Amino acid sequence: MSDTAIDPRYATRPPKRPLRLSWSDERVRGIVYQIIVVGIVGAIVYWLYSNTVHNLDVRRIATGWGFLNREAGLPIAEYLIPYDPTDTYFRALTVGVLNTLKVAVVGIILATLLGTLLGVLKLSKNWLVSKVVTVYIEIVRDLPLLLQLLFWYALLQGLPGPRQAINPATGVFLSNRGLKLPFFEWVDVHSWALLLVVIGAIGTYFFHKAARAKQMADGQPRAVWPSAVIMMLVVPLGAWYFMGAPFTPDIPALRGFNFSGGLTVSPEFFALLLGLTLYTAGFIAEIVRAGILSVNQGQWEAAEALGLPRGRVMNLVVLPQALRVIIPPMTSQFLNITKNSSLAVAIGYQDIVSIANTTLNQTGQAIEGIAVIMLVYLTISLSISLFMNWYNSKIALVER
Amino acid sequence: MSITTDTMRVPAPERLAPALTTGWMGWARANLFSSWLNSIVTIALAFFIVKYLIGFVDWAFVNAIWNVPNDAAGRPDTSSCRDNKGLGACWAVITEKHRFMLFGTYPYEEHWRPALVCLLFIGLYIVSAMRRFWRKELVLIWAATLTVIALLMWGGVLGMAFVPQDRWGGLPITLILATFGLAFAFPLAILVALGRRSKLPAIKALCVLYVELIRGVPLISLLFMASVMFPLFLPEGMNIDKLLRAQIAIILFAGAYLAEVVRGGLQALSKGQYEAADALGLSYWQKTAFIILPQALRLVIPPLVNTFIGFFKDTSLVLIIGIFDLLTAGKTAIIEPMWQGFAVEVYVTIGLIYFVFCFAMSSYSSKLETELNRGRRR
Amino acid sequence: MENFSLRHIARGALGAIGAAIFALAAPAVAQTPAPAASSGGGINMIDTIRARGQLLCGVNTGLAGFAQPNSQGVWVGFDVDYCRAVAIAIFGTDQNRVRYVPTTAQVRFTALQSGEVDLLSRNTTWTLSRDTSLGLDFTAINFYDGQGFLVKRSLNVTSARQLDGATICVQPGTTTEQNLADWARGARINIRPVVIERLEDNVAAYLAGRCDAYTTDVSGLAAIRSAQQVPNDHVILPDVISKEPLGALVRHGDQRFADLVRWVHFGLIAAEEFGVTAANAAQLATTDNRPEVQRILGRTGGLGQMMGVDNAWMLNVIRTLGNYGEIFTRNLTPIGLQRGPNALWTTPGGQQYAPPFR
Repeated sequence: MSDTAIDPRYATRPPKRPLRLSWSDERVRGIVYQIIVVGIVGAIVYWLYSNTVHNLDVRRIATGWGFLNREAGLPIAEYLIPYDPTDTYFRALTVGVLNTLKVAVVGIILATLLGTLLGVLKLSKNWLVSKVVTVYIEIVRDLPLLLQLLFWYALLQGLPGPRQAINPATGVFLSNRGLKLPFFEWVDVHSWALLLVVIGAIGTYFFHKAARAKQMADGQPRAVWPSAVIMMLVVPLGAWYFMGAPFTPDIPALRGFNFSGGLTVSPEFFALLLGLTLYTAGFIAEIVRAGILSVNQGQWEAAEALGLPRGRVMNLVVLPQALRVIIPPMTSQFLNITKNSSLAVAIGYQDIVSIANTTLNQTGQAIEGIAVIMLVYLTISLSISLFMNWYNSKIALVER
Repeated sequence: MSITTDTMRVPAPERLAPALTTGWMGWARANLFSSWLNSIVTIALAFFIVKYLIGFVDWAFVNAIWNVPNDAAGRPDTSSCRDNKGLGACWAVITEKHRFMLFGTYPYEEHWRPALVCLLFIGLYIVSAMRRFWRKELVLIWAATLTVIALLMWGGVLGMAFVPQDRWGGLPITLILATFGLAFAFPLAILVALGRRSKLPAIKALCVLYVELIRGVPLISLLFMASVMFPLFLPEGMNIDKLLRAQIAIILFAGAYLAEVVRGGLQALSKGQYEAADALGLSYWQKTAFIILPQALRLVIPPLVNTFIGFFKDTSLVLIIGIFDLLTAGKTAIIEPMWQGFAVEVYVTIGLIYFVFCFAMSSYSSKLETELNRGRRR
Repeated sequence: MENFSLRHIARGALGAIGAAIFALAAPAVAQTPAPAASSGGGINMIDTIRARGQLLCGVNTGLAGFAQPNSQGVWVGFDVDYCRAVAIAIFGTDQNRVRYVPTTAQVRFTALQSGEVDLLSRNTTWTLSRDTSLGLDFTAINFYDGQGFLVKRSLNVTSARQLDGATICVQPGTTTEQNLADWARGARINIRPVVIERLEDNVAAYLAGRCDAYTTDVSGLAAIRSAQQVPNDHVILPDVISKEPLGALVRHGDQRFADLVRWVHFGLIAAEEFGVTAANAAQLATTDNRPEVQRILGRTGGLGQMMGVDNAWMLNVIRTLGNYGEIFTRNLTPIGLQRGPNALWTTPGGQQYAPPFR
């Protein structure tokens, strides 16, 4: 369907005639109406703006971005980059943005995996499985996310204290202070090895592309996995080994009030992640199901007639077609996860909203604080949209 | 075989299909035990369902405490509930606090008014859901009901005492925010959707800007804006109540999302409709009002209901700016020290209320979708 | 065939804007806006409040002893009594003359800045940056507070210094949060903050054991402790890590109103100093021959008129609410607070002091 109501043919058909300065000329009227509308909107905006300026002035409320370089003095519980209360507001806000991204990225990955699984399971031939999934989807979709978050947070707070922590395996502790996992001390060598893994992944991608191109040319399939294993596993491990293979396990242990050492998943992060994942997975499941159902049964049958095994039918025939239906609504779910992560403020996870909120509270500069929140989200939303649009156009049907 | 020879002479008596392919056994075989793997999955799943269901029934009903006695000072004594923690639910918190959770700080002796308002809202939803009321009169029904609701909540007439908004709370707030949000956002959404398809660049740009800006940020940031920034926008001395500010934020938010839904309907309409209307020489408004919108809006009713379910759930976010909706009232009910620690019971109850509303609407919308599609396919 | 599009779509968009304006304006109309104050230099808050018939007073959303609705839904507490005192000074009575606006820590300043409230009486700490950058004025310190820690008795902690490695619940957007960071740095103690927005969620997290300690003003801790079923299970540590001078705030722009709020406080202090109480105020107003008491109670001096209110302003206040000591005893003694620094300056250690009424 065309995007505008007017068929392009109509727009071009009337002969171009010179603009007459008369009310009966469409274009003149159009211009006049636009001027009026823009004028009214402009006037409202100006009115709000001048009110604001006047109010700020009369009430002597500080304005400007100078506060960004002042000492924040606010403690932050979780951070991905080193942070201390003596750092500036700018750094505190950066920590907040990274915390938002952290929960959004992990949430998107987990919700996609769980949602896809549920969507496939809902189509299961096993009646019980499909009913259980249906009930699950109905429940999570029909309850407010905020309520679910509060519920999970209350449940996690109800866990035993650190001294009576649940200890299902050595070094793993679950208490109302969060989940503690054993880890190892991170040294530079690990960062280098990780970098090699990333480089290997990029190399694998190009190798796969080249192999595909060759297959298109001569019809011979080429195995990608041996080189993938070498590039992504053997090389990094070898490098790590030759750099001395440092490995110091870091197992959490109860010291004083809390556990120290190991990897921590805080209850706040965990509750938020759990809530976001379970909630969004319900929506993704429906999208995936609809996507798979949208593929014509004949496609399955035709592929099977060619002798393809069921798994390859899914991978090579059905999924690529289903993806076209799945991607656009999936994009809005990814955006929703990111936007919904702002509910963190209700359960004490310090994302950008929470930190910007505290900042505007301490500095009294509401406008700047809200502007920071909006800018961050608009940037993230725009980036996700652009990426998904690019991906969508990549998998779109190429008509011959 | 003798049977074979028999059949040659007389028609064989009708036999039932093998017991394992019909009836509940056949059904179970086909749907639960079709393969080894399926059988294992079914049995394992059934085991867990039964196990947790028993656990839940034990917690929610068998071991639950529904009432607690008062202590000497006349305050509820929740020690029995505390001893029972982990074994059974303490529904006594609901018994004690249900009026507060439903109606918040609304004057106690006037609770019949918000209760009536809730019923009116439900009636309004039911009437709107019936297709025989899908006429212009529906707008009048909405206007009349919403007016009555406003009168009931505020009072000050017909001998009802005046109740300022800061005392409103609970379920009526949730319903008000969602319904008034829809009622005001809908006309806005139609105009923005039309504007977004306009040929006039400035108008189109404004509409696109509005829709994309609102959809790009979380509702929370709009609510924060309404609560801390909005007062700065207004001239000195002019003040808008906190609840109405939140309502405005929800209207603006809903407007952008609904506009996209309506635009979907406008786009789905066949080009012939536009051309036919033009051929009749109808003006733009005649065409839009009599040809385009009636068809386009019909198309978008199911997604419209889904969007409304979204708002209904999203109104709970006003908790964060301290407005007394259902969820906030529930949270406030468990501040009192004696009731602290019974959050799960309260959340389950509130969840049930939300679920009843949302589930009814979502099953309605999916039913409607099938019905409308059937009509269109024919 | 082009004739449908241009002007009608333009009209459509015009309508959209119109609807947007309507959506914005309609609720505003439904509201009774506060009487517009004349802009510029001459805002007269007292006249504005008189014309409105009500004082809009921002209070805490619920903090035992300071501001909370009782079981009848009536607001009571120390901060609430200050709202009432100012209303009485203006109207002569507080019957239906105060509208309480519960404010969270986050919106309190905006509420005052925007005129949603006339007066913010909500345990707010006086700091330099708040005084200078918010467009607000602190009137007087009606409560000297300090930040402390609440821990469970079962932890066997006797000093804040032992909290190294502890998880501590704190409310964001308050001086408390910054004080905690300052103190931990100064004392070289490593703490893990849990930053939760709402007071009641903080308390819930502390009680559930999510945090080892909860930190806020000692007065707030006392209120929380006293509200527990077994208050003795919780200990307020003796360490006080900050100065928290609390008091009422008004908006910049009308110094006369700020003066009134300030001197209502001083009047309450002076009344305690001179032994004027709710019970004897009416009698002393006619019989007492100490000149300052006569001026406070409005028999001589015409001080009320200088403030722009009735000369019997303080008499009415004290007759209804009592003096500072009585207000303190009524609201804060039940939650276990001692007078401490809030005793009169005539008592050793006391800091409450009123300038002369003259």
